[in-house]
Amino acid sequence: MKNRLKVLRAERDWSQADLAAALEVSRQTVNAIETGRFDPSLPLAFRIARVFGCTIEAIFQEDPAPPS
Amino acid sequence: MTIRSGWAAAQARNTVYLALWTGAWLVTLAVASLGPALLWDGHGAITLVALGVNLAVGAGMVLANKRHLLGLDELHRAVQLEAMAWTLGIGLVGGPAWQALETAKLLPFDAEIGHLMMGMALTYLVALAVGLRRFA
Repeated sequence: MKNRLKVLRAERDWSQADLAAALEVSRQTVNAIETGRFDPSLPLAFRIARVFGCTIEAIFQEDPAPPS
Repeated sequence: MTIRSGWAAAQARNTVYLALWTGAWLVTLAVASLGPALLWDGHGAITLVALGVNLAVGAGMVLANKRHLLGLDELHRAVQLEAMAWTLGIGLVGGPAWQALETAKLLPFDAEIGHLMMGMALTYLVALAVGLRRFA
């Protein structure tokens, strides 16, 4: 799953630690989500959307399905 | 943005409590194990009390561990789950196999519960390190 977390964070001049504190997760978790190595649960995705004041769809995009 | 994370403070507190309970459990285990020979000359009642204290402190450690796990964020909970799955699996499969080796007299020493605990502890540490490194 792709996401715009890094861009949204940069727009607000927040560090990963700032965002982690706002979301009540570790900085490592923010980094893993940002780099696409970990997909957040739906509740965490909602929290992320709330912190940035936008919808989940505006932050996360499904990876295109691999060609069959 | 400056947000003081109460979650991070609670996490740190849970980790310290778990370390303290684990340390206390190890001390009571050492006392209960070595005490009969070194401290109270095999007195049965004192041994029972020492074991009771060890079990009570062990229960505290289990609860502290549960609290620590429930306080983790979802990534760290996933890493812990995978590490515990490896630990349980290897303990379950490796324990009886180790025992079978002894039964077949293929071990030059006695198979003991300590070997299983050591194997499980090492498995857990390695699996935890690998999991954390994957998301670092």
